[in-house]
Amino acid sequence: MSQPLQHINDDELAAVMEREKEELERTWSPPHGLRWWFTDTDHKGIALRYIVTAFIFFIFGGIEAALMRIQLSRPDNHFLSPDKYNQIFTVHGTTMMFLFAVPIVTALGIYLVPLMIGARDVAFPRVNLYGYFVYLIGGILLYTGLLLNTGPDAGWFAYVPLSGPSFSPGKRVDIWAQMITFTEISALVGAVIIIGSVFKMRAPGMSLNRLPLFVWAQLITAFMIIFAMPAVMLASGLLASDRLIDTHFFNPAEGGDAILYQHLFWFFGHPEVYIIFIPGLGFISSIVAAFARNKIFGYTAMVLSLIATGFIGFGLWVHHMFATPIPQVGQSLFTAASMMIAIPSGVQIFCWIATLWGSKLNIKTPLLFVLGFFAIFVLGGLTGVMLASVPLDLQIHDTFFVVAHLHYVLIGGSVFPLFGAFYYWIPKWTGRMLSETAGRWNFWLMFIGFNMVFFPMHQLGLNGMPRRVYTYLPESGWGTLNLIASIGAFVLATGVLVFVINVIWARRAGAVAGDNPWAADTLEWSVSSPPPHYNFHNIPVVQGRYAMWEATPDAPIVRGLSTTKREALVTSVLDAEPELRFEVPGPSIWPFWVSIATAVMFIVGIFTPWAFLVGAILAGAALTAWFFGDPNYKNKTVSEPAETKPIQPPPRPELQPKEV
Amino acid sequence: MRHVSATRGNLIALIATVCCFSGCGGIQNAINPAGPHAQSLSRLWWLMFYVLTSVFVLVLIALAMALRAASRRSDLNPVLNPSPETERRKRNAVLSAVIVTTITLFVLLIYSFSTGRSLTADLAQKNGLSIEVTGKQWWWEVRYQDVDASNIFITANEIHIPVGVPVTFTLRGADVIHSFWVPNLGGKKDLIPGKISTIWLQADKPGVYRGQCAEYCGLQHARMAFWVVAEPQDQFNAWRQNQTQTSIPPATDSQKRGQQVFLTSTCVMCHAINGTPAGSNIGPNLTHIGSRNTLAAATLSNTREHLAQWIVDPQRFKPGNRMPQNNLSDQDLQALVDYLASLK
Repeated sequence: MSQPLQHINDDELAAVMEREKEELERTWSPPHGLRWWFTDTDHKGIALRYIVTAFIFFIFGGIEAALMRIQLSRPDNHFLSPDKYNQIFTVHGTTMMFLFAVPIVTALGIYLVPLMIGARDVAFPRVNLYGYFVYLIGGILLYTGLLLNTGPDAGWFAYVPLSGPSFSPGKRVDIWAQMITFTEISALVGAVIIIGSVFKMRAPGMSLNRLPLFVWAQLITAFMIIFAMPAVMLASGLLASDRLIDTHFFNPAEGGDAILYQHLFWFFGHPEVYIIFIPGLGFISSIVAAFARNKIFGYTAMVLSLIATGFIGFGLWVHHMFATPIPQVGQSLFTAASMMIAIPSGVQIFCWIATLWGSKLNIKTPLLFVLGFFAIFVLGGLTGVMLASVPLDLQIHDTFFVVAHLHYVLIGGSVFPLFGAFYYWIPKWTGRMLSETAGRWNFWLMFIGFNMVFFPMHQLGLNGMPRRVYTYLPESGWGTLNLIASIGAFVLATGVLVFVINVIWARRAGAVAGDNPWAADTLEWSVSSPPPHYNFHNIPVVQGRYAMWEATPDAPIVRGLSTTKREALVTSVLDAEPELRFEVPGPSIWPFWVSIATAVMFIVGIFTPWAFLVGAILAGAALTAWFFGDPNYKNKTVSEPAETKPIQPPPRPELQPKEV
Repeated sequence: MRHVSATRGNLIALIATVCCFSGCGGIQNAINPAGPHAQSLSRLWWLMFYVLTSVFVLVLIALAMALRAASRRSDLNPVLNPSPETERRKRNAVLSAVIVTTITLFVLLIYSFSTGRSLTADLAQKNGLSIEVTGKQWWWEVRYQDVDASNIFITANEIHIPVGVPVTFTLRGADVIHSFWVPNLGGKKDLIPGKISTIWLQADKPGVYRGQCAEYCGLQHARMAFWVVAEPQDQFNAWRQNQTQTSIPPATDSQKRGQQVFLTSTCVMCHAINGTPAGSNIGPNLTHIGSRNTLAAATLSNTREHLAQWIVDPQRFKPGNRMPQNNLSDQDLQALVDYLASLK
């Protein structure tokens, strides 16, 4: 138990602090070796595993993209067979959407949200670990399939009837459908964790109107995941049951409906786009504030825009289906909604420009990626307005124009901010700065390469080139633009390679970062780099939206949390008033076993429906053990709230960024 | 008959000419409209293009000005208390930008609605030709409807239409979802099993336009194309008159032998030739195969050489398609090609 501090002198205070830190270190230190892999629940370790795993899948997805670009670099090319091409473009889309984009942006949230809100861990650490294992198993399943030549080949959207039992016999689509289930479970538990942590574990003083924009973005994304993902699980679940146990949900011959699948899929699929890029908007707000040395202009407008995007994002899905025979009045509604969503996005762009206007610029690689985001994402957003128009969409839908649009939106809106975020936060995660020179090379190679690949695709689409074709005729006249795109792909890939080398170099030889190299404003910069296992020794009391910049010299801190038990502070939803102390569960093997039971259920389920029964029993048993069988877990009843007391001033936070 | 082959001669010349110009993809191009439908979409496209390009340029100019107005002083202490005057000016700027954005979007929205309405409103009034297109993996079955049943006929992968006449396409999906798209004539429409969709198109200029399946439909999605031949009404009538006839009986010995080969080998299991016992509708109807310009859903030009290669080994050109390889003696093959090529 931490000691009251009222009547001790400075020397004693230092000794007490030192002792508490040692105790905390012991209490929160993770298991070693293999046990670390299977049992550790530290949100930072899990998040880094997510990030590394998702980045490896990003590289895989990139290799698939490069293979496709080689195949399409000239007409009538025979580099890939049609069957290989179709598997590769399906796995590329599936990987980038399900195994890279969503996991990596939520992983940044899992790492940073507790640090930004002043919490010692996330709300459900063991569930977090389970989410990672389930995600990893789903990814391995997909790639095992691809390597065994049973990679799914019905597109990342797997439209029925093509993906149904009659037209896709074999196990390929089953692997896709079950992989979806795995990654969705993982996304859903991630969302629950973020919401639980943000609502109940914020440091005192961090009322909702002081929440950093990064955290707002993560929170809204988490809510979107909770509403969107069940729709796709329903779609993939019904598809799997059509395929495995002969139901006829989507079989028109037996009264099923092929368009129902599209509605279910896109009710998820369109919000998915926002799920991928709203966290990116959070990265941008963090980076803009830190490098423009300025408060973000229009905080309230920004938050309301994020919330509006989250709502309207659910009202657009039919714009993926304008070419299907559905009534025009209904379609018009979706045109209006699709155009309307440009307004909140516009508000945010304008607010960032206003923030940059007249600020004190510190131009470093993270800011470069944000500036690149402006150019790319705005263009992608504007082509989105074109696609929102029903009649115009009928011309450009399912052509390379859409390929260009979606990559402008997703790479511009998510990958560029993500790389900016890497340059910004890797010093926090590793304690080492990345090289600025390499950073600039990385940015320019990616920026030029990206535009070389995707800008010509707008023209290709207008010139009539449909998507998802493995080849085209020489007479089509599409050869030159495709060749430019293919060359661009390798420039882009070189940029990513520079990044990987930069990270490897920085881990060994990068400048030591210190706690707050960018003199940034959020609480993660108040702790050491990398942060201690317990995150915060004394949880701060937050005094403004820009916690580090607005901390007063006599800022109070939270005392009274145990140093010998994994205790966290639970606060109220709106104003973050301290409510109670809660013992956070620690390392456990059971999340791993539950994930194995889940895997038995869904993977063996591809071969026999009995696996669902067996898997459910195994999962039930493992969950029972998770809850009751582990002495480490004691459900705490309400205890008296911790007190917040002013003590001697903490050192004034750094306000000048370091020279790097 | 002579008239028809003359038409075909013109056609090949036409394709050759158009292909010369197709460095810019002119015959399968959404912004090279050849009919009213594509014309109005092209107008909408260019309006959006200019308006949205201006927006893009303005945003980037604003960003550049913001960066110019920013200082690069060594003092990088964060600005915590900006002057109310600056804040007010920024607020007004952001507010005006949002208002302009909203107005622009409304203009585009209304223009888009009115374009959309004009496209479907016309559908009700048009009373021209009616063609039913069925998408199959991976080719197009085309059925010309008529009130007089004797004028109904079926062909594949090549659609002739008269210039200046609206044509209503009734679209069906036989197996999986396909999408019918002729960019020069208008937008696309999905062919969904269990549903019927319609679209009307009209060509105002004679010419050949390439169409292609636009919804991923499996292994050979890339090789599921077709041609639309827009020709003057009299040429169209002649073509149509010919298509309604049963097949030409074999004239030479080689053609007669070819017909026997067709009727006694696997061909007859899937293909129909009207006027012979061959009546299966699994593969394309071959009654007038000799009059078509391409083979295998616009994959190969219809020459004797390609026809022979295709019959022997269809998997070479379009791996995965439903037609099996055929072992025919050289003489049988030549006879079969003679016969099929004669089916004008």
